[in-house]
Amino acid sequence: MKSIVTETCDGIGSAIILAWRAFASLPTAPRIIKRVVEQAYLGSYTSLPIVGILSFFIGAVLALQAGITMADISMQEMIGTLVGESMTRELGPVMVAIILAGRVGSATTAELASMKVYQEVDALVTMNIPPERFLVLPRLLAVLLFMPFLVTVGIVIGWIGGAVVCHYVQIIDVSPEIYFRSLRQYLSTTDFTHGLIKSEIFGFVVVLTACNTGLRTRGGPREIGASVTRAVVISLILILVLDFFVTKLLA
Amino acid sequence: MKTTTHHVARSSDRQPVAVAVKGLAKNFGIQPVLTDINLAVTPGEIFAIMGPSGSGKSVLLRQIAGLDLPTAGTVRVDGHDPADPDTRDRYALALVFQAGALFNSLTVYDNLALYPLEHRLCPKPEIRDRVMRALKVLSLEGALHKFPSELSGGMKKRVAVARALVMEPQLILFDEPTSELDPVMAATISEIIATLRQHISVTTVVVTHDRDLALTIADRVAILMKGRLVSVSTPAALRALPDPAVQDFLNPKIDLQNPRFKHLEISS
Repeated sequence: MKSIVTETCDGIGSAIILAWRAFASLPTAPRIIKRVVEQAYLGSYTSLPIVGILSFFIGAVLALQAGITMADISMQEMIGTLVGESMTRELGPVMVAIILAGRVGSATTAELASMKVYQEVDALVTMNIPPERFLVLPRLLAVLLFMPFLVTVGIVIGWIGGAVVCHYVQIIDVSPEIYFRSLRQYLSTTDFTHGLIKSEIFGFVVVLTACNTGLRTRGGPREIGASVTRAVVISLILILVLDFFVTKLLA
Repeated sequence: MKTTTHHVARSSDRQPVAVAVKGLAKNFGIQPVLTDINLAVTPGEIFAIMGPSGSGKSVLLRQIAGLDLPTAGTVRVDGHDPADPDTRDRYALALVFQAGALFNSLTVYDNLALYPLEHRLCPKPEIRDRVMRALKVLSLEGALHKFPSELSGGMKKRVAVARALVMEPQLILFDEPTSELDPVMAATISEIIATLRQHISVTTVVVTHDRDLALTIADRVAILMKGRLVSVSTPAALRALPDPAVQDFLNPKIDLQNPRFKHLEISS
């Protein structure tokens, strides 16, 4: 049995090769536009409700927790800045990436793993249609297209969640005007750019991990389930580890 | 046997190809699955590979298709490595998988049109003509807009054969093409395999358990047992082969008095 180190190195190596091969077929992108759009629709539109609900409550909880403490020191006018910065630079990209891993990543791994197990990938190979071009590239391009959109929606809904809590929770009692003024005062386009850079990196890594794990599946139906679990766990670890390094790099 | 006429046309510059397997061995871990396989399939030949379950027939077919790398030895299609995408591109190698391996997210039409569309072989109306002709040959016109999940096992198999026909291959590999089919459809598939070379000049390798299929349509039959080739001969020569293991495989006897089955008795 392979050691965990060998397995990890194998996984990283095959993910790099997969990404390389997928982007090597980029010149054929015009013929996969339909599949890119389809994947973008599946990944973004169908994820919107859950991104909206979670982002709203993350913004709300953030405002509530911070608001109670800040009210004690009469600093509640700064809640807008705190929620705005946290959602934009950190929680928006990370939460959307986690949702992506749980929703799109798991579905992608399950689909590709079953295609592998039931020889559909072999059929593509014999037809000389590279799986990297047919299955992986559309998903990678789609996630690069829709992640900024999804994260922007998540961030804005998170701000609104914070504003609602500040307005309706009596202990905090900050009007939406003050909340958004404070938010605008300290939030810069750099913060927003950093959030979007993170979102692109996380989205790419989640989908690449999902595709790589799916296509490396061997065996039967039981292995499909195991691959899905593995892909989601690896994605979650990578999101948090990368978050630290990307934050450090962008700081 | 009734001859089915079909009209899958191909360009005249495409010729059937030779397949050469030399000293092929394949191990799964330390377990040898194929040992020292040597085969030469001539252009245009229908070559059947028979053998008991677990003898390595499908593994050999995957090697010929270039899907797996051999542990030792070589496989060459017209002198080229079948695992090389250029070889696949040049000769349009088609493999009909045992379970069909249809793309579940695509309709039957899209499954069939995928190869010519992806390779931009011809304009869309011509692709549609190709697909419709292949569907007609396999009596699948009604399944055009269905998804594979809506088809029976036998229909999936026929769609897989139709998909291979649309590719207009120079080498076509069949993995158990008649399993899961009723006798009438099995006969139709046998007829299609037999007549295919008249219409699209193709070399055919068939892996099968179906003795009738192999002995009726094949030019030569190879018998594979425990990962080794024990015989390669014409069907007539095979029937007369004085090898008890081969004859037992070709003419199994049903022994209702076999003492082994006494263990099935339920103790009171």
